[in-house]
Amino acid sequence: MAENPDPRPEHLPQRIWESIQRDELPPPDDRGRMRLVMNNLVLHLHPSKVARPTLKFTYTWGLGGLALLLVMILAVTGVLLMFEYTPTPQTAYLDMLKLQTEVWYGQLIRNLHHWSGNLLVITVFLHLLRVFFTGGFRTPREFNWVLGLGLLLLVVAANFTGYLLPWDQLAYWAVTVGSSLLSYVPLIGEPLRNFLLGGPEVGAATLTNFYGLHVAIIPLALMGIVSFHIWRVRKDTLSIPRRLDGKIDDGGTGSTQVEKVTTLPHLVSRELVFALVMTGLILMWSVWVNAPLEAAANPDHSPNPAKAAWYFMGLQELLLHFHPVFGAIIIPTLALGALAILPYQRFDLSAEGVWFRSLKGRQMALVGAVTGLIATPALVLLDEYALDLPGLMPSLPTLISNGWIPLAALLLLLIVYYEIIKRVFKATACESRQSVFVLLVTAFVVLTVIGIAFRGEGMALMWPWEVLG
Amino acid sequence: MSDVKLPSVMDETVSRRDFLKLAWGAAGLLALVEAGGVALSFFSPRTAEGRFGGVFEVGAVDDFPPGSVTPFNAGRFYLVRMEDGGFLALYRKCTHLGCAVPWNQAEQKFICPCHASAFERDGQVLNPPAPRPLDRFLVTIVDGMVRVDTGAPIQRDRPGPADLVYA
Ligand code: HEM
Ligand code: FES
Repeated sequence: MAENPDPRPEHLPQRIWESIQRDELPPPDDRGRMRLVMNNLVLHLHPSKVARPTLKFTYTWGLGGLALLLVMILAVTGVLLMFEYTPTPQTAYLDMLKLQTEVWYGQLIRNLHHWSGNLLVITVFLHLLRVFFTGGFRTPREFNWVLGLGLLLLVVAANFTGYLLPWDQLAYWAVTVGSSLLSYVPLIGEPLRNFLLGGPEVGAATLTNFYGLHVAIIPLALMGIVSFHIWRVRKDTLSIPRRLDGKIDDGGTGSTQVEKVTTLPHLVSRELVFALVMTGLILMWSVWVNAPLEAAANPDHSPNPAKAAWYFMGLQELLLHFHPVFGAIIIPTLALGALAILPYQRFDLSAEGVWFRSLKGRQMALVGAVTGLIATPALVLLDEYALDLPGLMPSLPTLISNGWIPLAALLLLLIVYYEIIKRVFKATACESRQSVFVLLVTAFVVLTVIGIAFRGEGMALMWPWEVLG
Repeated sequence: MSDVKLPSVMDETVSRRDFLKLAWGAAGLLALVEAGGVALSFFSPRTAEGRFGGVFEVGAVDDFPPGSVTPFNAGRFYLVRMEDGGFLALYRKCTHLGCAVPWNQAEQKFICPCHASAFERDGQVLNPPAPRPLDRFLVTIVDGMVRVDTGAPIQRDRPGPADLVYA
């Protein structure tokens, strides 16, 4: 019988190592580097080669990568916190105190989790803006934009459910107010709210429900969609940054041909450096600044003012001006719906990769931002001190006088604005749409700032130093 | 497959293959609906006896003088006795966004700390943004004892005499 010679290395440790790491390390040449990226579980999230212009930091600002880094920090610190936390009204708040005083590095881990979660909301929002303004959502990336919107919602849901867990006054009343928004959805709102809270009020059942959502259901969904999202980025390749003259932005004279480089080391080294710097910054911040913790939750006493979580402040501000069905349901649904169908609109493909589409696009974006910056506070002040729509139309239900009528008026103003940008400034449909988008985003940010810094006791308008004082 | 699809609309014969497809589809749908139903009932709220959500026996009729407003924190309600002797249990949850509304003895009204809604003694809205009066709970009087059932808050468009219960 002829023996089959075993092709594996002679020594046992070497055989074990090769069964784990199949490719030669360090890779001898570009082919080896590409093979390593393909064969490695973590690295294969990347393509084996990338276009050199997309490596430019000021194109992506590393925001998608930062979001991913934050998700990983959240997973690690979150699992650690699970060992020191029991989700019952009797223990939750005490566990927070224990983390601060007894558990080694408990405060630091809580801070890391808290600040990473908040930074994730900001990062994902900025990432959305970056993708929008560079036209990164165009064919074939329409669906990846929609997946991204799903991620945005999941990130907000994760934050909202996590907000309750410390069981302090901040948590209890922010979730009470936030979940009450749901009950304004016609027909299914009330049952849905009761289902989510496990009863008509925030209580022990709510804490159990939110804990399950926060540590299992939402993270699983998030990881699944994030993997899908990044896989799609790899399949579709990143959009290529280009300059106003249409040439590829390669940092030099501009070219028409895309140069490709191997992912290892060109992309991976940049990612590592950026991840290290950001981890360092987050660590320093978390060492210095503690996550807030107020008095233990007291269902008998609402604090004044009872504010929502900061990323809901824009919504809360809308709510002070509109009938709740409009402020909490109709306007946000319209906004999300518009964002979701955005990539399926017809647009000029040649503007892909150009910041703000064109020179005219940049100017019109500025017009949108300035308009939003002036008009939003003006409208808020008008409604607060001068205009009393329900008072003017006492015979109409507030759903109409404080809902349909102001919404119709605002939409009319937006249409007029769009036509002015298009006709008077001679912008294309694409540039005009972008200008409206900038206007709305600015309005949303201004509303959020007003809610955070200019609303004090009884939700009255006041100066930031009075709010804090 | 083309020979299966006859042009006539009136033709009602279904091929075995199409029938099985339909049957599988229907069975799959049914399974999904059932699984959804199981999940929904599994997570449905449970109320414990004697706590909020159950029935509270709050005291004798004579313990509450006409014109009084008595808070019951465990039951999340105020027992109101109107000047004419009628009883009313008001859910203390603000109908705007759910804050706990305290009774302001000095001003003789409920004032919400969150967005400044105000309510009259009978729950009527004095000040928006609250969209409707405070919800009420069912009050029953048995053998001179007042009972409040906190199981289901009753919503109303405006308070009326029918809301009041007399001994
Ligand atoms: C947890 C949240 C998210 C993670 C981890 C994530 C991750 C990433 C990463 C790593 C990239 C590669 C390029 C870059 O860094 O910009 C990317 C690209 C992209 N993302 Fe996201 N993302 C998230 C949320 C979103 C959101 C909210 C949107 C928009 C609604 C979005 C839409 C896109 C699109 C369309 C691209 C391709 C852009 C191009 O080719 O220029 N993503 N994402
Ligand atoms: S919750 Fe009472 S006024 Fe808003």
